[in-house]
Amino acid sequence: MNGSVALAPDRDPRARPRATAVLIGIVLLWPVLQLSEFKPWVLFDAGNARVMANFLAGFVPPATSSDFLGLLLKATLETLAMATAGIALAFVIAIPLAFAMTYSLSISRIGPGPGRWRGEALRTAARAMLVLLRAIPEVVWALVFVRALGLGPAAGVLALAITYGGMLGKVYAEILESSDTRPARALLEAGSGRITALGYGLLPGAAQELVSYTVYRWECAVRASVVMGFVGAGGLGQLMDQSMKMLNGGEASTILLMFLMLVLLADALSAMLRRLLA
Amino acid sequence: MSLSLDAIGLTHANGQRALQCVSLAVDAGERLAIIGPSGAGKTTLIRVAGGSLRPSEGRIEALSANPWQLSASALKRWRSRIGMVHQAPPIPPRLRVVTAVLAGRLGAWGAGKALASLIYPADIAGARDALSRLDLADRLFDRCDRLSGGQLQRVGIARVLYQAPELILADEPVSALDPTLADAAVGQLMAQSVASGATFVASLHAVDLALKWFPRIVGMREGAMLFDAPASEITRAMLHELYATEGSVLPTQGNDPVALAPLTRVFPAAGAKVVPLARPGCR
Repeated sequence: MNGSVALAPDRDPRARPRATAVLIGIVLLWPVLQLSEFKPWVLFDAGNARVMANFLAGFVPPATSSDFLGLLLKATLETLAMATAGIALAFVIAIPLAFAMTYSLSISRIGPGPGRWRGEALRTAARAMLVLLRAIPEVVWALVFVRALGLGPAAGVLALAITYGGMLGKVYAEILESSDTRPARALLEAGSGRITALGYGLLPGAAQELVSYTVYRWECAVRASVVMGFVGAGGLGQLMDQSMKMLNGGEASTILLMFLMLVLLADALSAMLRRLLA
Repeated sequence: MSLSLDAIGLTHANGQRALQCVSLAVDAGERLAIIGPSGAGKTTLIRVAGGSLRPSEGRIEALSANPWQLSASALKRWRSRIGMVHQAPPIPPRLRVVTAVLAGRLGAWGAGKALASLIYPADIAGARDALSRLDLADRLFDRCDRLSGGQLQRVGIARVLYQAPELILADEPVSALDPTLADAAVGQLMAQSVASGATFVASLHAVDLALKWFPRIVGMREGAMLFDAPASEITRAMLHELYATEGSVLPTQGNDPVALAPLTRVFPAAGAKVVPLARPGCR
């Protein structure tokens, strides 16, 4: 090799930086635990344990009256609709932003060629947009939209679309970046456009990961709808809120069982889609 | 002139000097092999010629244009006229063979046609034709992860045959193939070059393969050109000088002494020294 200036050192040159990083990590973590009042042993105090036990005892037996089950079914469908519509809208927001942000689909970086600064600016703008979308928690958006649109799932759908759009976009870009980017690069070097390089070079390797993350986000959206229900955005959350306020533990536990089933459903769906794409 | 490199120098981002003052002129339709030990800068030179790497110094002109002075859209069109065979085929394992081959024309197709072809292949006959020249037509609808390394490499070559470029660049295109297949694959690229009039520049590790197929040989060592001569004038001394760092054995495809036999005819006088190329305009 031309100009091998110095011999490689005998010791691993990365050992010291690595040890320093671990040390800094520990030093930073300690005050964090202090600040968050992390004292798990308090849970096992006799008094606290009894309070929790009493609270949980109210949860059995689960409510099974046909009136309540009817309400539950309606609320479940509402939650599913809210989560699905929210994720679908989030998907529409996330795709173009992730596509703009993915560095491995940049043509101007090869060389670098013409349009490099424009591309850089576009990527930064997309990244900033995604940060903005996901920085505000969905509950806050829900509170805002409930005032504008009134009580009901529509506010939840919009809140989910905005926050989850930000999350999906960021993670999509990261998944595309961490899969094998050489096929896409080779296509771009042969004059292919960005969209075709995505379809022929990146998606075949990343599709499974993208789908399973999307389904997982859908599952999160189902859960998030509980919190949003508390602020009046409809669905299982609103039902849960009413049951808890009336101190009806049996109803609450039926709702929780329903959640368990929804999560199992999401799991099965994800596994099926992954198998389909394998 | 199909490709002209003028005093090209390239320093990688990590400070490693990959090319120094390489000048090379290749006529349209000419066929040329670059040989040299590993780390000599063959890959870098090929990538500079294809507009994948921008040289730190010097001027490149290929297909009547300096790629680094073109607008973004003109550069894209320029790149679509160059076909590159990679050392490791850059094909996602989940892609089907037919799609991997059709990807050769992505630069020529519109986005609509290209995306539709992901759903239903746009040109099955064309892909089959390219594959059949490499004895792979029966694997048309297999997924690429079902192929062996050598088969995948041939799919990469079929992609370039299907692309039908004006300049074929190949970076150690047959290093994953056994001698018989390697010979056939280089032969197919050569046939494509002859039939379409495309210029063909390949870097090769196997000296005998280069001498058998290519009329012009460039020897590279340590980022610089050591010689540039017609294959008939290559002597054993030149080759030993080129591969001095790799010991006394010349890298060949088949370990076949016959392939190197012609060399003995032009064996130079004992002690003849290879004179490095003059480098006008270089320090």
